[in-house]
Amino acid sequence: MTTMVNQLEYLKETASQTAGPYVHIGLAPKQAGFDIFENNFGSVLAGPRTKGERIRVEGRVFDGSGTPLRDVLIEIWQANAAGKYNHPADRQKKPIDKTFRGWGRGCSDFKTGIWAFDTIKPGSVMGRNNRPMAPHISFWIVARGINVGLSTRMYFSDEQVANGKDPVLNLIEWEVRRKTLIATREERKGQVVYRFDINIQGPDETVFFDI
Amino acid sequence: MKLPSQQYGEFYQRDRTIHPPAYAPAYKTSVLRSPQKSLISLQNSLSEVTGPVFGADELGPLDNDLIMNYAKTGLPVGERIVVHGHVLDENGHPVKNALVEVWQANAGGRYRHRNDTYIAPIDPNFGGCGRVLTDENGHYVYRTIKPGPYPWRNNVNDWRPAHVHYSISGSGWAQRLVTQMYFEGDPLIASCPILRTIPSEAAVRQLIAPLDRNAGIQLDSLAYRFDIVLRGSRATWFENAVQPDDPMQGE
Ligand SMILES: [Fe+2]
Repeated sequence: MTTMVNQLEYLKETASQTAGPYVHIGLAPKQAGFDIFENNFGSVLAGPRTKGERIRVEGRVFDGSGTPLRDVLIEIWQANAAGKYNHPADRQKKPIDKTFRGWGRGCSDFKTGIWAFDTIKPGSVMGRNNRPMAPHISFWIVARGINVGLSTRMYFSDEQVANGKDPVLNLIEWEVRRKTLIATREERKGQVVYRFDINIQGPDETVFFDI
Repeated sequence: MKLPSQQYGEFYQRDRTIHPPAYAPAYKTSVLRSPQKSLISLQNSLSEVTGPVFGADELGPLDNDLIMNYAKTGLPVGERIVVHGHVLDENGHPVKNALVEVWQANAGGRYRHRNDTYIAPIDPNFGGCGRVLTDENGHYVYRTIKPGPYPWRNNVNDWRPAHVHYSISGSGWAQRLVTQMYFEGDPLIASCPILRTIPSEAAVRQLIAPLDRNAGIQLDSLAYRFDIVLRGSRATWFENAVQPDDPMQGE
């Protein structure tokens, strides 16, 4: 028998369920094959007047057999070029960029498994206890077979010094695993592309966070 | 000390015991799509406490009306229903301005999706998706056609109970959630391998929407009620600064 005590009245979070194979219908209907909403959310984050370096982030998500997921849906969340989130909880004394929400939603191609976002490179955001975080983009990944959305972060290969001091990267005990979060900078026909492949399982499994 | 009306603290640790494990072999697709290493637990920073903000002007007037938002030559076939509820956080506070997106099969259990090949026909007047922002009280409502059950390849005779898929985006990135709503009384609930990935009976019950006779429209539609709980956040009365010169609670 347990000790008699008043119960705290917290509610329980609603349980997660897989987004399933047809997630596109609700979150990206054009990808499902039809046109229904006037305004569609998408994978282009930066407008023509958005401040910052234009970048494309692209990659694939692989399952435990090394096969790319062709039905994955990804959302990203990031700060603007000044390192400020477009959200009232961010009270850093930095400018908001009104042209930049900092959020995007993209799907992998049904044939190749490649997904891509067109955005700007974020600035550094102050982390806990006055330790700046290296520029990064937060990722949230859902698909058939994923029971709870996977959270991870993408860092930038050309930010070695900042990455070396990043409080979150440094939390990862195994240095060899930190590199799974670092996207590689390439230039392709004058466009800056960061390549970020995600491995859900296996020897090079990407670091996922319980946030 | 004055407490601001809207609080943005770090979120309570997610209670993983009510969520399905990543690896749930009875749901076969999860086997190769589940991380095998432990998740690294993070204390929230601004990156997790903030999240995208959506505006009412981004949604169209029919976006929460699945009966009308794809009607081409007539009305969709099936049982007309209203679904409504509140989005709350673990503290019981309403989550305002949360983006609730839903998608579902039609009355015959067929999805309007290029990869769905089930024999039941597409309904020319039914798209199967909608979206709505919660109001000041965290309330949302949409109307639709009750979805049909459908078979799927897991074991060869597995059937999904009738369900509506949900995606909810609250005030912070760490609250992001996808789930599925089921209907009271559906006999397929007991044997659904996807629903049964959830280890807690109470958590399963929370996904089953009861019939809400009072909220129906007389001589028109039945109603179901589905409340959603997102993670709650902690007021930071005695917190180390999550950001530099200013704890998130402000003055
Ligand atoms: Fe489904």
